[in-house]
Amino acid sequence: MIDVINLTKRYGKLTVLDDISVSIKKGEKVVVIGPSGSGKSTFLRCLNCMEDPSGGQIIFKGENIADMKVDINKHRRHIGMVFQQFNLFNNKTVLQNIMLAPVHLQLKETRKARIKAFFNKDSSIITKKEIIENARQNALRLLERVGLSEKADQYPSSLSGGQKQRIAIARSLAMNPDVILFDEPTSALDPEMVGEVLQLMKEVADDGMTMVVVTHEMGFAREVGSRVLFMDGGKIVEDKPPHEFFTNPENPRLKEFLSKVL
Amino acid sequence: MGKFNVKWEAFADSWREGGDARVIEGLKNTLTIAIIGLVIGIVIGVIIAVVRVMPKYKLLPKILDKICYIYTSFFRGTPMVVQLLVGYYVLFPLMGITVSSLVTCIIIFGLNSGAYLSETMRAGINSVDSGQMEAGRALGLSYGATMIKIVVPQAIKNILPTIGNEFISLIKETSVVSFVGAVDLYNAFRYIGSNNYEFMVPYLIMAMFYIVIVLIISLGIKLMERSLRKSDRRN
Ligand SMILES: Nc1ncnc2c1ncn2[C@@H]1O[C@H](COP(=O)(O)OP(=O)(O)OP(=O)(O)O)[C@@H](O)[C@H]1O
Ligand SMILES: [Mg+2]
Repeated sequence: MIDVINLTKRYGKLTVLDDISVSIKKGEKVVVIGPSGSGKSTFLRCLNCMEDPSGGQIIFKGENIADMKVDINKHRRHIGMVFQQFNLFNNKTVLQNIMLAPVHLQLKETRKARIKAFFNKDSSIITKKEIIENARQNALRLLERVGLSEKADQYPSSLSGGQKQRIAIARSLAMNPDVILFDEPTSALDPEMVGEVLQLMKEVADDGMTMVVVTHEMGFAREVGSRVLFMDGGKIVEDKPPHEFFTNPENPRLKEFLSKVL
Repeated sequence: MGKFNVKWEAFADSWREGGDARVIEGLKNTLTIAIIGLVIGIVIGVIIAVVRVMPKYKLLPKILDKICYIYTSFFRGTPMVVQLLVGYYVLFPLMGITVSSLVTCIIIFGLNSGAYLSETMRAGINSVDSGQMEAGRALGLSYGATMIKIVVPQAIKNILPTIGNEFISLIKETSVVSFVGAVDLYNAFRYIGSNNYEFMVPYLIMAMFYIVIVLIISLGIKLMERSLRKSDRRN
């Protein structure tokens, strides 16, 4: 799904990611843990080029998306991202939040065909109305799935943190992504809301979604992860299935880290 | 007070003899120039602000940025009257196009307030949380699409009071449009006064017209802000 080859990221003189190579396969749930400042977020954000790598390649569907010449917007549609701070669109209702990108991108994609069809009176082409209606139905279905149907017409400011994050996950799912990246999705939540979000992520995982999750939730890593990566100083120093990872950690830094968080 | 009576009579006469129509035309023009000018100003302000906050790795944004800089420097660095005169008597004739004084005023007021609003708009855009842009980009929307659909609407909401103030100053500044022969409130009341050289009452009433217009706009802004704040809480 995603092959990371010799990925390096520098901010000025500071090397944040140091020659990382790792590959993420379809259906895998890769959990990334590590101390603060070890480069977890930067690593995740390089996967969809929200940060441009300073060196190396990110191969997604056979194309190196780190190459500045590729149309990154086209690839990002297939790579969902869920943020610590939710980042729902404040000026849009919950339903609009979920529908916006699918509608916008499909309208853009079909614009030429629809204009041509208009002049040829060709009715086989999908119309703007149909695109919006399809997206609406899909959004309503997703809202039901995340259990927030009754919030469809509310604005994000009226939702709790947990509800916001569930909507953000629904917004990602609406694009039918091949993989979803999560950057500490529960770290900004009140403790009583962490469970509902983790539960939803678990359901998404059970449906076969490929996921890369930066988190401090060791229970989630153990239960849902197919692999756990430990990052330290811009490198991935441990990469194992959760059982081995937690029962016999080899790296001394990992041992120290686990003794603190477990 | 007897003297004031005479002056009032003079005004009333002049008002009846065509002054009323002139004031109505002046009021209409004043509002037209300010309203259309503001709309043009908002559009230009948004465009300039977006250019100025755009990442500047490539050459084109750099060039556009310079152009915007020169544009705003010119319009903020010269008096409105000069801009009107240059537009009406220099630029448009040189370009070989005939533009009525009213249209000239609308264009110049729009260009001028665009320059001022661009700075406000830029601050407004910067006040929107950067996570909004990130979320849009992560969904595969382009920079421009995210800007227009997500960031700019929130920026405009944040700077609504400043836009209201800009509207008020445009209304006040219309009093210079008679330099290029457009009929506005000042022009209309001067006409009334010059009928019999009695300026006291006409100018007093003119001042009241301006005050009432500005008060009405201020009230409108307050109501709008209050309803926006309410929707923030409810939603
Ligand atoms: N835009 C930036 N400019 C300069 N330095 C940066 C930037 N972004 C991140 N860094 C630095 O890169 C390093 C790694 O940051 P990163 O956010 O990836 O860490 P992290 O593992 O996600 O930490 P945390 O657990 O606190 O989220 C840090 O030292 C940080 O200061
Ligand atoms: Mg982080």
